[in-house]
Amino acid sequence: MNRFKYASPLLIDNENTLLCENNVRLYDGEVKTNFEGGELIITTHRILWGRPGAIARGETCLALMHELIVYIEEETPSAFSFKRSRKILIHLSEHNDNDASKPISYSMYNFVKLSFRDGYSNNVLGTLSQCLQVRYWEAKLLPQIQDNAPQIKLRTGIIGIERSLQEKQKAADENLNTAFQDLSKLMSMAKDMVKLANAISTKIKDKQGDITEDETIRFKSYLMSLGIDDPVTRDGYKSSNQYYKGVAKELSDFLYKYIEDMGGMMTLTDVYCRINRARGLELLSPEDILSACKLMESLQLPLKLFEFSSGVKVLQLSSLDSESIANATSLLIEDDGSISAEELGKKLGISITLAKERLLTAEKYGKCCRDDSIEGLRFYSNLFLTKEE
Amino acid sequence: MVETNIEWPWQYNFPPFFTLQLNPETRAKQFQAWKNLILDYCKKGKLYIIDVRESSHIALFNNSNINRKLDQSVIISILSELQRTGHAAPVDKSKQRWEIYWHTLDEWANMIYDCISSRGLQNSVLTLYELSQGEDVQNEEFYGIQHEVLVKALQILEKDRKCELILSDSDEGVKFF
Repeated sequence: MNRFKYASPLLIDNENTLLCENNVRLYDGEVKTNFEGGELIITTHRILWGRPGAIARGETCLALMHELIVYIEEETPSAFSFKRSRKILIHLSEHNDNDASKPISYSMYNFVKLSFRDGYSNNVLGTLSQCLQVRYWEAKLLPQIQDNAPQIKLRTGIIGIERSLQEKQKAADENLNTAFQDLSKLMSMAKDMVKLANAISTKIKDKQGDITEDETIRFKSYLMSLGIDDPVTRDGYKSSNQYYKGVAKELSDFLYKYIEDMGGMMTLTDVYCRINRARGLELLSPEDILSACKLMESLQLPLKLFEFSSGVKVLQLSSLDSESIANATSLLIEDDGSISAEELGKKLGISITLAKERLLTAEKYGKCCRDDSIEGLRFYSNLFLTKEE
Repeated sequence: MVETNIEWPWQYNFPPFFTLQLNPETRAKQFQAWKNLILDYCKKGKLYIIDVRESSHIALFNNSNINRKLDQSVIISILSELQRTGHAAPVDKSKQRWEIYWHTLDEWANMIYDCISSRGLQNSVLTLYELSQGEDVQNEEFYGIQHEVLVKALQILEKDRKCELILSDSDEGVKFF
């Protein structure tokens, strides 16, 4: 009996009244209760019991949710009973809902009885058991069918145009939003992937002996292709050292001729493009190239990595040093009297960035001087130092 | 505006001369050339004041032949270098107006005192006008010297007790000892 709650008889969403009986008494297990002579309504979701007329007036009544019902049976009337009274036994499941206000808060029975003093006017048992089979209360709310009535578009005047523009904008906005939603999904996924990658790479580090060099490298390249920093590269430098050495050698073998032709220098971006264009497949990552270039000097290769004071990194011939660059550049300037970075770049077939770096190096060694005017930055032979007063 | 037939040094037609050089060695040479040129220019043109704000109207800082101007901030740093050797001094706090001393104030003071003593004018009183514009000094280097510069030079002499300035009334004068 403690499964009954006080509730409003108003039907909730999707709830329908199935049948209605009068003069019904509730039993708590085998015990009669004071709830007698009332009205019983069975809906698709619950059983409602109220004093006569109370339900019609919408007053609070007792309610038993169908979901609590385990099964129902009709009590066979004793052979000596001549009354029309019929009883239905309702077995209920356990529940722990203690806080709701209830007509009876404690019960030692797991079943209740509905006593129909005047018998049924309807097939109560059949209706109820059918209702329990269908389990209406579990049916989700159907999504409301959208109103498809054709919208009359106002296309009059500027307002009409403005409105249609607004609509277009709104649609674009929504598209963007959904697109970025996917992106954020991707991002959150990426986090997991990085975690996974890190976990695997630590495993590899721990079992360095068990895994061959090749496998380590291959795995690392997978991670690299995902754009993930591979801790193995830095921490496990020992294992990748050999790899970088190989790359360094390949770079210098391949690029030496080009760099020699280009005046002894090539920016790392160009190096990256050239080597990967040459490879076609199995591309090298910028990180790998940089690491390989750093090794070049110690490997005594004919090329070396050089960083200008501005931070521009180049590969240059080992035979080349800043002073010889400065001297060579100043000789070029002397030919023309003055030169800009663009002109020098054209002359040597090198990038403007590189040409400018050469000129700045020459300036640092006092081999040329600058002329910064509205026409741009030009460099002249350093007559200040060379010309006698 | 001073129009002079000054003989420009070769640097004046060398475009990098008008750009601040970043190499310290080069810049030292550049500044030296500028300092010489400024003093030479002012001396030839009897120019005592340079206003940096008007630098673009001064041929010295604006070579229209090669279309190059010296930046004002560079001018100020060159003039500051001149100040260190006593060849220039800013008139205002923002360092826009500068007095240029192609002779330092000490040199001016000595020049004036030598002239006075050679003429035996000690213990006599001269007006400042007489000293700078008078017929007697027409052939002297300091003929036409600007009033402010003259006063500053005489103040140096005054410190050495070689003269006394009388600046109280409208008739400014100086008495040499």
